[in-house]
Order: sequence, then structure tokens, then C-alpha cells
Amino acid sequence: MFKKFQSSTDISGQTPVKSSVQRSIRSAVLEQWKIEPETLEAVWPKKEGLVLVKCREHISIYTIHGEPIFFQHFDGPIYPTLRLLHKYPYILPMVRVDRGAIRFLLAGAHMMCPGFTSKGGYLPPAEEGLAAGVPVAIHAEGKEHAVGVGITKLGTEEIKRVNKGVGVEIVTYVGDDLWAIQSL
Amino acid sequence: MPAKKNRDKGDKSATAADPIPTTSEPEGIPPPESRPPVQVLYCGVCTFPVEYCEFGSSLTRCKEWLQEHDLERFNKYYSEEALHAKIGTLSLEAQSKLEQDTAKKEAKAEAKADAALKKKMASQVTIKRIERNKRKHVTSVHGLEAFGIDLKKAAKQFASKFATGASVTKNPQGQEEIVVQGDVSDEIFEMIEGEVGILKGIPADNVEIVEEKTKKN
Repeated sequence: MFKKFQSSTDISGQTPVKSSVQRSIRSAVLEQWKIEPETLEAVWPKKEGLVLVKCREHISIYTIHGEPIFFQHFDGPIYPTLRLLHKYPYILPMVRVDRGAIRFLLAGAHMMCPGFTSKGGYLPPAEEGLAAGVPVAIHAEGKEHAVGVGITKLGTEEIKRVNKGVGVEIVTYVGDDLWAIQSL
Repeated sequence: MPAKKNRDKGDKSATAADPIPTTSEPEGIPPPESRPPVQVLYCGVCTFPVEYCEFGSSLTRCKEWLQEHDLERFNKYYSEEALHAKIGTLSLEAQSKLEQDTAKKEAKAEAKADAALKKKMASQVTIKRIERNKRKHVTSVHGLEAFGIDLKKAAKQFASKFATGASVTKNPQGQEEIVVQGDVSDEIFEMIEGEVGILKGIPADNVEIVEEKTKKN
């Protein structure tokens, strides 16, 4: 999503978000992420106004004090930025790819099913399986921190069954252009 | 929506596992305090979390940086043992190929950085005096962005220094330049020479002063 993203040309405007909209965003975040209200409060204090940064292709990035904290495509799910995810790694369900896939992930490739089902990979067990279209934190074999944020294209059980083709689409990864933007 | 259900379930288990005692209690469910964020050390060279440096394009410099800043982690990631553990998971062939790839990538990135620096050093800054009226001029400064200068800030600096209007505008070629009211070309040249404020790192040889007159005489 953030390949070839330039803050000079791809951002069309910044506006403070209305407090009523902020309230609905806050409740959406609390519903979508595994985050406690108290923790969210630490990330995004009620008194601090959220700023909406509109970008090309209907991407909206929300910033606090100029620092991006989460973003959204159309009215899709809200993704945390990677820096936020590193601080609070438990807010998204976790999947893990094997070591061989890291190289491709860092080049922005979507993650194929075998990367999750091989020895180094990890998918949640069947009883906690995820549906398709869920934001996930992508971790990597032997690494402590998340390497990317993605959205499942297939349910986790389906990934195990099909074991072919794209399993998780990459939304943002370490070293992409959103990563490069430290403040807006 | 099974996903949502799962999430709720996960939430509860996570909070139950949390041993930290709580102070505020909304809703009756065991409420956790705001958990402290995980501190991640980011590499000062490639900005990645340090464990991902090996996939970046500046591994050698990253290593040096980490050795200087956090020896403990350096030993964790780059000690003989760690390297051995890594080799264990990969075949020897794949390992050597990976190493080659990294070296190649690094060389490429270096060459790219060199080229960028060269280009930067070769790029010109043009200070143009444009005639408005017979006795009135504006000065346009073009090419500052090549030296990594924030045009908006530079315009602000000019405006406050000369007490005139200064703005960032697009010229007909679609490039951005700073237009300052009044004939201040010599002063701007001196400012660049003396590296005043944010105008840093521009070799004076790369600056030229041009005069532009209106076409009709």
C-alpha cells in the first residue's frame, strides 16, 4: 500500500478530526484491536486532537502531534503503524513467516501460504483461527518484533488446507515509505 | 463474525494472564492498567529494528553502529554463536548465496549513495533577479532542495531576514522555488556563503546569480 509513497505528492491535505468522529474512531479501534482503553489512552490521550492526513487512493493516515499512529483504506479495518505495533505487539493477532520469506517481505511481496505452514512459520491453532480479511501482525522466524502488518486473504484454516498462493496481503512493512515517514 | 468472537476471547485470556494489579475498574471485567510500551531499539543507520539490520542494505555500518551503542545486543545478534545458530537452520549453499546477495546489495546501495552525493555536489543553485517594473525586482532562488533544505523554512528565514514577502512557488517547469520580494540577490548569496541559519552545506561555487529582464523593452 505504501510503495512509492511520497509525502510531497501523495498527500492531499491535513485536517483536524471532529470530536464526534474521533469518538467513533476510538470505539472502532477498541472493537477491532485487542487493546485496553487505558493503553489506547496512553497512545492517544482524549485531549489530544487527532489529525487526518488524506492521501492518494483513499488512504487516510491519522496522526497525533504529527506522528502517524494508524491508517485506513476507504472505511476498511484500521491498521496500526508498525512503530505503534512494536510498542504494543499484542494488539493484533499474530502470524509468523519462516526465515526464507523475510527477504521477500522486506521487498513488499505478499505472503504466500507455505511461508506460514512450513517449520518456521506459525498460524493460530484451529480453535482460534482467523477469518479472511482480518488485520494481522506479521512476525518472522527467530525475530522478536513484527516485520509487517497485513490482512488475511484466506482464513487461517484455509491457508493450512490450500497451502498455495497468497495467504496474507502486506499492508505495510519495515522499510517501506510509511516507515520512512517519521512525522508529517 | 467469528473473528470478533475470537478476539474477545483472546482479550480475556490476555487480561487474565496479566499479573499487574489494577487501580481503575470500569465495567467489572478484570481491567488492566495501561500496559507500558515495549521499548524497541531502532538502528541509527537504517532505522530498522536492530534485528532486521541483516536484511538492510548497510549491514556493515549497522554493525558498527550497534557495537558502539549497545554491545549486549551486538553480541546477541552477531556473535559467533548466533551466527552458528543461524547457519544451522539453512543449508550451506543457501547460506553462501545469502551472503553474496547481502554483499551485492550493500555494494549497490553504496554506489547509489555515492551517485546521489555526486549529483548533489554537481547541482546548481540559481539566484535570479527578475525585473517587475523598471525599478522593482523580485529574487527567485532555485535548487535549494537538492541540498536537503526545507524550502518552506528557508522562505520563512528570508522573509524575516529581509522583512519582505517570501514564498515557495512552482515555476512554469513545475519545480519549486523561493520567490523573495525585492532585489536581495547579493544578500542571499552572502547568506549561502556564510551558511546562515538553515542554509547549510552549499558550496559557494555552485551558486550563480542571473538577471532576467522582461522581454519587452
